[in-house]
Amino acid sequence: MTYIVKPKLHHPSLPKNDLGFTRRDYEGRISTLCAGCGHDSISAAIIQACWELSIQPHRLAKISGIGCSSKTPDYFLSQSHGFNSVHGRMPSVLTGANLANRDLIYLGVSGDGDSASIGLGQFAHSIRRGVNMSYIVENNGVYGLTKGQFSATSDKGSKSKKGVENTESGIDLVALALQLGATYVGRSFSGDKDQLVPLIKGAVSHHGPAFLDVISPCVAFNNHAGSTKSFDYVREHNEAVNRLDVILGRAPITTEYRPGELREVTQHDGSVLRLRKLHDDYDPTNRIAAANYLQERHAEGEIVTGLLFVDPDATDLHDRLGTTAQPLNQLGASDLTPGAQALAKINAGLR
Amino acid sequence: MPDTLTQAASSRPAPLAAVNDFVVKFANVNGSGSASANGLFAKSIIRMGVPVAARNIFPSNIQGLPTWYEVRVSGAGHLGRRGGVDLAVPLNPQTWDDDVKEISPGGYLFYDSTKPLPASKFRDDINIIGVPLTAICNEAYKLPRERQLFKNICYVGALSWLISIDRAVIEQLLKEEFASKPKLIGANLNAFNLGRDWAKANLQPIGLQLQKSDAVGDRIFVEGNAAAALGAVYGGATVCAWYPITPSTSLAEAFTGYCEDFRTAEDGSKNYAIVQGEDEIASIGIVVGAGWNGARAFTCTSGPGISLMNEFIGLSYFAEIPAVIFDVQRGGPSTGMPTRTQQSDILLAAYASHGDTKHVLLLPSDPGECFTMGAQAFDLADRLQSTVFVMLDLDIGMQEWLCEPFKWDDAKQLDRGKVMTAEQLEAGAFFGRYTDVDGDGIPFRTYPGTHPTKGAYFTRGTSRNRMAGYSEKGVDYQDNMERLLKKFHAAATLVPGPVLRLAREKTRIGAIYFGSTTPAMHEALEALEAAGHHIDAMRVRAFPFSQDVYDFIHAHDEICVVEQNRDAQLRSLLMIEGGIDASHLTSILHYDGTPITARFLFDAIGKRLEARKATRQITEKGPRQ
Repeated sequence: MTYIVKPKLHHPSLPKNDLGFTRRDYEGRISTLCAGCGHDSISAAIIQACWELSIQPHRLAKISGIGCSSKTPDYFLSQSHGFNSVHGRMPSVLTGANLANRDLIYLGVSGDGDSASIGLGQFAHSIRRGVNMSYIVENNGVYGLTKGQFSATSDKGSKSKKGVENTESGIDLVALALQLGATYVGRSFSGDKDQLVPLIKGAVSHHGPAFLDVISPCVAFNNHAGSTKSFDYVREHNEAVNRLDVILGRAPITTEYRPGELREVTQHDGSVLRLRKLHDDYDPTNRIAAANYLQERHAEGEIVTGLLFVDPDATDLHDRLGTTAQPLNQLGASDLTPGAQALAKINAGLR
Repeated sequence: MPDTLTQAASSRPAPLAAVNDFVVKFANVNGSGSASANGLFAKSIIRMGVPVAARNIFPSNIQGLPTWYEVRVSGAGHLGRRGGVDLAVPLNPQTWDDDVKEISPGGYLFYDSTKPLPASKFRDDINIIGVPLTAICNEAYKLPRERQLFKNICYVGALSWLISIDRAVIEQLLKEEFASKPKLIGANLNAFNLGRDWAKANLQPIGLQLQKSDAVGDRIFVEGNAAAALGAVYGGATVCAWYPITPSTSLAEAFTGYCEDFRTAEDGSKNYAIVQGEDEIASIGIVVGAGWNGARAFTCTSGPGISLMNEFIGLSYFAEIPAVIFDVQRGGPSTGMPTRTQQSDILLAAYASHGDTKHVLLLPSDPGECFTMGAQAFDLADRLQSTVFVMLDLDIGMQEWLCEPFKWDDAKQLDRGKVMTAEQLEAGAFFGRYTDVDGDGIPFRTYPGTHPTKGAYFTRGTSRNRMAGYSEKGVDYQDNMERLLKKFHAAATLVPGPVLRLAREKTRIGAIYFGSTTPAMHEALEALEAAGHHIDAMRVRAFPFSQDVYDFIHAHDEICVVEQNRDAQLRSLLMIEGGIDASHLTSILHYDGTPITARFLFDAIGKRLEARKATRQITEKGPRQ
């Protein structure tokens, strides 16, 4: 939905990453979302994260469902193949794409309608299946494209723009993701880029099902008093448990930290998740404690953010299936077709 | 005579007498272990060189409900159902009355005579053969499970004497089946001999007899689902996502088995990925995702699954993503008759999903074609960048059929269709994802990850222009829809063409049929011809129909369209797509869930032609030019 073409000219002073790309090289078309939409901040964070990680844009595939959030893959990484698929079915499409070529990075972008309502089943099963992906839900608690209906992540008691109170319980996708076996789980806020960018970097470098719930206020339909997904409400109730840095390779620690303040988690691929603790009692490698903590704080009205859980020894669907290292989409007839001789034997066994 | 399709009525018929030409029907209780004994019975006849068509008629149940196994012995090689029963083996009291009623006059009733039955339970126009199966097995075995299981082999033994099955053949089959458990060979043979020896001592062979023959040749005996799965292996499928549903489950299971055998490296790494989805929607989603990313992917399901998959099938059509769906049709609508056969998903599949869509259907008529079309479907899906359905039905999918051995040409390469490579992009080749560069409506695509700066595009289910950019302009939308139609017309030249079977004499009457109807249809055509009804017949093998199909229709005054559904779905397709006048096409429909029979076809088509003859002359006499 692009009516304005972005100029391709880049300012020569723009910083470049290891691949020689500037941030502009990771951008997409001009967004058609509402001015001030939280989703655009998330797109910007994805661009920043991929630029900082020096990802080759064409080695990433961005897949989404249907809705405002699912339109966003057009607005970042224009050199990546994108797939705006079917409502609530991004997880299955991503799973299939991942099975076809295990060498690409898979970024799944979805919304609360897409993942918590029509797509709750696919959300759940892609996570329990262990698909290696970064699954980002841009969570605004409302249906924007159809003008303001409550979504399933709307908190009970939250008010719509018309003043109607939500009487149904909200679904906490983070709590579900933890129970379902996601091996990297975070929550963030579109208005906190400093927190969000490292969380995306960590998710992208994680080997296994990584899930990020990003509260992303809808400026058009869910940013009023009485909503629990408004900018003001989220800022007031945001309780970050840690601050994350993602380090590829072994960068020295340059800042001084109190003893116990810093926690490092080394992932399978050697990347280091360096966590600055904001809550002394929070252990992001303990799934059960994380789930309990979330429930307790939620009951207090807090929105817990940060890297909530990570399993550094995670495995993925390919590990579990025992798939060959070579991407399946690169196998040829000689790898796949048993041949006439084998067929003769099969025939002999059927007489 | 049992080998004709016309049944003569007589109050005191002579006992049926036939060699290598009769129908045996077993009635059993589901889960009682009868399936392997019945399978042994059928296979032993094939090993004697006599063609057999065997059909398992089973309930949607795990244990306890009635199940039947019908074995048609046909030295002439008729593999469809004939209709009627010459020798009944009713071993299920629940269905006794119906089973006895079905026996042709002069036919035979073989039963367990351990407990006396009142005379009212029998008929006086059939021949009664009692064998005390329970008593024999109770005496020979102590464990209840053994008594039950070996009773099945015991009746095969008794029958083998009555109809002259070669004992050496049985012994050989048991040796092969239990090669890894030699103890079971002797145990089964023992039970077989118990029945055979009792029968030999007390009974005479009956009028239905087997004689060794060479009519089977090198044919194989295999289920369509297994054949289709093997086709998928040979066709290069690497991703299978599926959700269990009768009658397609055994297709995914067979694919798993073949992949374990042929696609697993010595270190255990696998050149395939099989995922049991959480439902049919996820299964087709995985297939579409994999197809988008350049892997050959399929799902297998039945009608209810197709209903669920509709939205994704529309996406595959509109976004142009290859997908292969094996639809093993069962009785619909809704849950319908899950364990019965029908050809009732034809319209659903042809036009699946909202909006203007059309899809390619392949219509295999036996397991041999399940194999070839199962492999070809992947080439077609890649070439056409769209969904290709392979339309089996329960009768082909879950029954073992005698068919020609599978063949494969090792020189054959996979046709991956129009895929632009990194080298082509680097060399500056024009790439417009939805641009018709060759005039066949088929555009080029790229796989994700191909080139750092060229060839990336955004795939969507919304309207787009030729360069894959989002567009709501009517002109762009219409341009794209016209191209998709052009592509569908191109498909008609790529799919398997129809097979023509001309009558011996020139005729203005034609018949069109497809799929599992084929063997019964061929048998009926022979009998009709013998009765003076000359009919040119065409078996359609795919949708879209090629011009040959329409030419055939226009070359005849009346076409009987034979199908196994209520609403004449193939006929509708011919009318919609070919603009054929409704009065030109006469429906011959069979849809009670049982496979269509030659007798039904003989009667239905025969009556129609008699009625036609009564009003005007339809056959131009004289030999065909």
